[in-house]
Amino acid sequence: MSVTDVTPEPTAPPEPGTRRTRRERGRLRRSFDRHWYAWAMVLPTVAVLGLLVLFPLVQGVYQSFTNLNESNQRSEICTKVLGGAETCTPNPHAAKFVGLDNYIDVLSGHRGQFWLQFSNTLVWTVSCVVLHFAIGLGLAVMLNRNMRGRAFYRVALIVPWAVPAFVAAFAWRFLFDQQFGLINAVLPHLGLDPVEWYANRWTSLFTAITTNVWLGVPFMMVALLGGLQAIPGELYEAAEIDGATPWQRFVNITLPGLRPVSSTVILLGTIWTFNMFPIIYFVTRGQPAGQTEILVTGAFRAAFEGVRNYSLAATYGVLILSMLTLYAGIYRRVLAKQGEVF
Amino acid sequence: MRRTLPALAGTAALALVLAACGGNSSDEKSSANQPAASSTDPASLKADLTWWDTSDPSTEGPVYDELIKKFNEQYPNVKIDHQMVPFGEAQNKFKTAAQSGSGAPDILRSEVAWTSEFASLGYLYSLDGTPLLEGNDYLSAPLSSNVYGGKTYGVPQVTDTLGLMYNKKLLDEAGVDVPTTWDELKQEAPIIKKKTGATAIALGSGGYYLLPFIYGEGGDLVDTDAKKIVVNSDANVKGMQTAQDLVQSGASVKPVANDADATLQTLFQDGKVAMMINGPWTVSAVESAKGFGGLDNLGVAPVPAGSAGAGAPVGGHNYVIYSGMDENKAQAAIAFVKFMTSADSEAFTADQLGTLPTVESAYAKVTNEKVSMWQDAMKVAHPRPWIPEGGLFFAPLDVMGTKVMVQGVDPKKALDEAAASFKSDVVPDYSVQ
Repeated sequence: MSVTDVTPEPTAPPEPGTRRTRRERGRLRRSFDRHWYAWAMVLPTVAVLGLLVLFPLVQGVYQSFTNLNESNQRSEICTKVLGGAETCTPNPHAAKFVGLDNYIDVLSGHRGQFWLQFSNTLVWTVSCVVLHFAIGLGLAVMLNRNMRGRAFYRVALIVPWAVPAFVAAFAWRFLFDQQFGLINAVLPHLGLDPVEWYANRWTSLFTAITTNVWLGVPFMMVALLGGLQAIPGELYEAAEIDGATPWQRFVNITLPGLRPVSSTVILLGTIWTFNMFPIIYFVTRGQPAGQTEILVTGAFRAAFEGVRNYSLAATYGVLILSMLTLYAGIYRRVLAKQGEVF
Repeated sequence: MRRTLPALAGTAALALVLAACGGNSSDEKSSANQPAASSTDPASLKADLTWWDTSDPSTEGPVYDELIKKFNEQYPNVKIDHQMVPFGEAQNKFKTAAQSGSGAPDILRSEVAWTSEFASLGYLYSLDGTPLLEGNDYLSAPLSSNVYGGKTYGVPQVTDTLGLMYNKKLLDEAGVDVPTTWDELKQEAPIIKKKTGATAIALGSGGYYLLPFIYGEGGDLVDTDAKKIVVNSDANVKGMQTAQDLVQSGASVKPVANDADATLQTLFQDGKVAMMINGPWTVSAVESAKGFGGLDNLGVAPVPAGSAGAGAPVGGHNYVIYSGMDENKAQAAIAFVKFMTSADSEAFTADQLGTLPTVESAYAKVTNEKVSMWQDAMKVAHPRPWIPEGGLFFAPLDVMGTKVMVQGVDPKKALDEAAASFKSDVVPDYSVQ
């Protein structure tokens, strides 16, 4: 019985082919009929992504228009007496819709330090990505040449990548410690004064950038090394025969040849660094006095410190998302103009 | 507007229905009367309780483990799962667990400023009418931190305050007396530096550690009766100026912005500074520090006074019971907290650790000199405003402290900024002075 039930099923796919000649149908419908198995395959993913990504996203955007926080999320507050009764009283401050108030408060600087954090984020992202790329490229070019112990250097240089970010953060914070750190212990021997690293916004930011550069260079190096190895050796040979200097070969062969890889890793690196939470949080802890806080750590403090301000954190989240979306859009467009497609 | 939060409202409604079902059943009524009756037969009590302890796992934790053993001699069938949770994480961890309704402990050691916040969110059982509050002799200041909206949500576990901790040997070498005012301290500083090479004091930049300067001028943070923010009052400006002046004149080591408290403790333990403002919880570490000279070399005095007298913040911890705990564990939880805060238990902890008991009758039983050492300092302890937002004062104050003490910003300007943060983030319905 079951055999006869099953057999008609596989014959179903040819059906649309015959029907199509009879009357026009929507392209989507035809595509669905032909690729129904593909749709079925992606359905779980779509459902899970919808549940895990889309739903919280919409909820977060919505919350940014309310004044929701931990103390006003309940319409009633109930108090239980140990071993008995319970009394509930209406919460006089229950959360409500407040329109654009959060955005106005945040962007006007009335609450928090949005613009300070924004400028920190820019400085932090640009300097980290530039240094990542420059140092990563330099190391990749060196490692791409034949030399003794190349395998050892490759492994050694990849090690920082294997260290969890927070472990590296603690180690570097200790190195930069003002009273007991190794760096301030060494500086006097070089004829320099010890630096109060965390007492000043820029030196404090410097410690975090140093940590993140140390952590992020290996990824850039490996990615670019892969890109370098994809550049055909004949190009270099031909250029050499034409009498090109090493610098000319680097500018005219290596850099253009790397562009597909580098454009991707720079975009990724920017987004990752922009949202890089643990380094700032563990190395500078926003010191001095919150002056090295970046947008993501600011959002975290709103969401998880004190009475948790969900609406304020959601506002931060929406602003961060908008900025990154805008950045990615512009970046793609610029690349498209240069003839890159991705 | 409220329908705009359907998920939350739905959850709350569901919780209400469930709670109502539980509350109406008749055995609830009887269980309310049971605790007193059951205390006559400890062996019949049977429950598994989780206790989140935020004390120091290496020094304090084992002492509480010993107490739990003693408790189990009386109550063999009450199992206590004693979990050490780092103090810095406990507040958030508890709130996350309590809010989601899973993973929260039955009993928590809550910092005094957290208790009213948890209570205002409905996370704690009120203890009114339980044997815990009957016939007790808790000290009134620590007990007051448990009261919110007329109900009592916890009992004090330990109390503390800040004091002037000093290195006896260094002050003797310098030939100076223990300073009783900030002015005296400033005058003695050059002498101490000259004769011993050590800096007079290490001041912190954290808001909590700067409160003695504010209380010393008769200032406060907020006026809860008038609903006013007074953190930028003239008195406070004067107090912070005194603190800044101590740093700028070299009487105090300049605090570091990151890890200020750990740094100043190390400096004090190493004998590089003669004094620090800190609490009883640092005594064990100082005592065991190599080269400090142990307890014999440590002196504790009240914090130095400003022009309006001396004042240091009251601190400490409370035992609170999570409102999501199963009702049928109530008697066991009461028995446990009652045991832990009995005069004998508190005297035992005080003898072992030098912490300050919260019940009057315990003091007569304590033999540890570390406790008597703090008696004078406790006399100038100043109550804090016990409002749910009380724990939120310190983020703006820490920023203020870093600016004034580390970056040399004008105190008036830094305190005005703190007042603005209080208004926007801490107590929005208060008016600024």
